[in-house]
Amino acid sequence: MIPLIEREVVWKKRWITVKEVTEIFAIAQSVPGAIAINSAIFVGYRLAGFKGAVAAMFGVLLPTFWIVILLSVLYLYVQDNHYIEAAFVGIRAAVVAIIAYAAYKVGLTSIYDKTTWLVAVTSVIVLYVLQVHPVFMIVGGILTGLIAVYIKKYFGIVTRLEKESEQID
Amino acid sequence: MLLLELFTTFLMIGFVSFGGGYAMIPVIESEVTVHGWMTTQQFTDVIAIAGMSPGPIATNCAIFVGFHTAGLPGAIISTVGMVLPSILIILVIAKFFFQFHENKYVKFAFYGLRPIITGLIAYSAIEFAISNDVIGELSWYTFSLVAIFGLSLFAVTKTKMHPILIILLSGVCGIILYS
Repeated sequence: MIPLIEREVVWKKRWITVKEVTEIFAIAQSVPGAIAINSAIFVGYRLAGFKGAVAAMFGVLLPTFWIVILLSVLYLYVQDNHYIEAAFVGIRAAVVAIIAYAAYKVGLTSIYDKTTWLVAVTSVIVLYVLQVHPVFMIVGGILTGLIAVYIKKYFGIVTRLEKESEQID
Repeated sequence: MLLLELFTTFLMIGFVSFGGGYAMIPVIESEVTVHGWMTTQQFTDVIAIAGMSPGPIATNCAIFVGFHTAGLPGAIISTVGMVLPSILIILVIAKFFFQFHENKYVKFAFYGLRPIITGLIAYSAIEFAISNDVIGELSWYTFSLVAIFGLSLFAVTKTKMHPILIILLSGVCGIILYS
């Protein structure tokens, strides 16, 4: 969806520049929520303030909303069918694979030094053993990040904050 | 009040759903099963359908869960709950704090947050595998599911096949093997 947004707002409509849209995508990734929806809200706000933000949000949501409703109705209607049941047994195994791949892909940019490895492995163990609620894990992640950087700084270790280059001392 | 419960639940999910995409799946799964709205297996079907629809997968999950739990009003209220935090936070940042992502504390936080999100998704993959018998007793049934899992994983990593196609093909395998 991200390249589509860029093509529409930068090249076709000429509402904002490439530089602005890159900035907007960067912010959209660092706040909660889906990146495409966040970007749309941001573009809307830049162009027409609060009303623009709301309009862009509804615009980006409406098509997918009705498609999901349509598919949900279809699914609820056919789920007891013998063949559909059999199909979903296979599909569930594939969904597990797609989630595993998502973990791998997120890991590629998230895990790149000893600290991030340690945090990721510990989080899986903590989830397994203590069944901690994911929300506490996320809050814990934020605190871990802040604390880890300061502890490493105290010991004179430079932290690479993102996989590509960027360092702080 | 079911609608209110849906709203507050997805509002909370909306506030913590850092990372986008599949990063939100573990949080939604946990809430949906704790509230007794769906089993993990049913939620797996939701992910399949959400993945086949255009638009962000987590929002699509919210729409489906809301619809399944309380019909069209449920779908609307869940979607609104899920995106309300986005719009509130973005309005604040756009007005006062445009350099948000350049802020050093935000970067420090993400240094710890990103690997935790990886851990959450990895753990949910294990959970989904157990709930859907991909990890289970030694039998031909388990073996066949592991085979579909393995082939799907190969398809998505090595051949870069589109997830929708993988879902459809695995459905065909399911019909051939289990009907």
